[in-house]
Amino acid sequence: MREWRLLDRIVLGAAWAAGLGLCLVTGAIVVYMGVRGFQYLRPDLLVTSPQIAEDGSVSGGILDPLIGTAVLTAIGLAVALPLGVCCAVWIVEYGKGGRARQSLGRLVESAIEIVAGTPDIVIAIVGIAVFQLGVLAPLSSKSPTGVVTGTSFIAAGLTMSLIALPPIYAATRDGLQAVPAHMREAAFALGKTRIATIRRVLIPSVRSNIATGTTLGISRIVGDTAIVVIVLGETLRNEPLNSTPIVGFLRGTGSTLTSYVFDNSPAGEGKAEDKAYAAAFVLLLFVLLLNIVVGRISRRQAHSSGFQAGGGRT
Amino acid sequence: MRAAIARLRQPWSDRRAELTLGAASLAVCVIVVGMVAFVAVHAWPTIEHNGGFAWLGSGGNLDGQLQRMFETGQHPPASAYHVRAWPVIYGTLLTTSIALSIALPLALLSSIFIVEFAPSPLRRVMVPVVRLLASVPSVIYGLIGILVLVPFVGNHLITGAQKTSVQSTVELTGASLLVASVVLAVMITPIMVALISEALSGVPASWREGAMALGVHRLRATLAVSLKAIRPAIVAAGALACARALGEAIMIFMVSGSRSFAPNLDHGPLIFLYEPLRTLASVIVDNKEGFGGSPAVNSTLYAFGLLLLISAIALSLGSYLIKLPLRRYQLK
Repeated sequence: MREWRLLDRIVLGAAWAAGLGLCLVTGAIVVYMGVRGFQYLRPDLLVTSPQIAEDGSVSGGILDPLIGTAVLTAIGLAVALPLGVCCAVWIVEYGKGGRARQSLGRLVESAIEIVAGTPDIVIAIVGIAVFQLGVLAPLSSKSPTGVVTGTSFIAAGLTMSLIALPPIYAATRDGLQAVPAHMREAAFALGKTRIATIRRVLIPSVRSNIATGTTLGISRIVGDTAIVVIVLGETLRNEPLNSTPIVGFLRGTGSTLTSYVFDNSPAGEGKAEDKAYAAAFVLLLFVLLLNIVVGRISRRQAHSSGFQAGGGRT
Repeated sequence: MRAAIARLRQPWSDRRAELTLGAASLAVCVIVVGMVAFVAVHAWPTIEHNGGFAWLGSGGNLDGQLQRMFETGQHPPASAYHVRAWPVIYGTLLTTSIALSIALPLALLSSIFIVEFAPSPLRRVMVPVVRLLASVPSVIYGLIGILVLVPFVGNHLITGAQKTSVQSTVELTGASLLVASVVLAVMITPIMVALISEALSGVPASWREGAMALGVHRLRATLAVSLKAIRPAIVAAGALACARALGEAIMIFMVSGSRSFAPNLDHGPLIFLYEPLRTLASVIVDNKEGFGGSPAVNSTLYAFGLLLLISAIALSLGSYLIKLPLRRYQLK
């Protein structure tokens, strides 16, 4: 390195600085949130519901936001997972022969790419508009004056499924494309139909890719704020619409961890910064956990013996 | 009924499976096309009543225009749709371009570091670090921004003299273009680093070894050979980061002040950076009560959303078109 020109040495120093700087920034974020989180998070916060105290600030815990996040993730995944896997399977297996199929295949690819690139705020405003339509009123919520507000858990969950779809689709498609042709040919040679091959041979071999995509989808849903703030109607606690056991809850409004943090920060209405820090710390822990899961899955996929479908994210 | 279920449980024919899967794929297409159509249809009243593209221009106070729209109620007259959106468009362009110009060199340098020069233990640490940084929710960035960075800028970086010099037009609180751009740059860097470093490690080693055999040292070999070879990936990473930056609503809403103000250079570059602003996405979040209320607000917000959607689609299309001639190098 001593023979290098000065400019090259500067660039090398800048590269080191950039890499280390990135690590430092991440460390700073995690450490700062950790410090604040330990300062403000108490175990009883996790199991009590939020309440409005006398001075207008928020007291109580974060149970409702936790439930809200879980419900939204469940609904979103329940729609996105089958849809994403079906689309990927169709594109890779059936989307090849003939002009019509190829055009449809390219159309679906472009459509999913458009969804992947759309800002989540745009998806949110589409979501609330769709669910304000009269025909979908049973799915959404209230308003004391009888106006359909277009906000509810179901509405937000279905909107969330749109943003969880691209990671699941991409991971499954990459996994399926990495399955070598001889696996399929062996199955056909044994007399299996195409759908049986898909069910019994291909899908099991891309299990880890599907798991990776699903985890990425979950982390997108958990971290998304714009859709929650607009389509879930930001009430502090989860307010069911009526007393019907599950349907009333799903049609009601509520909060998730992200909207709770948003509301309690100075940008929302709240003056409860400590609650915001506590909830943000829990959120960061979730995201960390999901990241570790993704890392584990990819490492196990890379190390497993016998055949495994490559591709997917490393 | 039982016969129907029994029929379903028998192995499906290929034809039926294909039609079902094809129907799922078609459904996704229909949903996406429907989404674009929805936004366009809802945005139409604003475009129509403002005479085509005039609403993209400047003139008047956007906050005031939106406030008046809120007050017009359920059946607004045509004049209520008057809006001039340039301040927020300008804000969006400013934040995105400043963030990209910080993030792109940073991402390139970091990727080169990760792939070429980092010692092995450090590289093993950095890959999960980058992934973690990419998946931190934007509300956490916004929280740190508004509770740490904004007070820091407001109390320690902006001097009293600067505040009084612009007191008549705007109040400098620290919620500013500076904080918004810097945090946005931190948000979009990991996306680019992930894509670029993956592409860099995919360059065949023989290409660089050939350059080094000719006497070029490692850094120059990387810059001259690998970077040129992964140009499609750099373009894709840049487009992805740009789309993310354009659409970031929550974080920018939290750290960039409460006025649809267009920062200007009248008082010099420092104050330019300290001025508050709004972007297209954050003004939608700001006025979200409008979705149940007056159709004038509704339509204006959808017009903003339409702008965002069109730019996202244009970015995607543009990066595809730019990558086409670069495919000659046979590297994805």
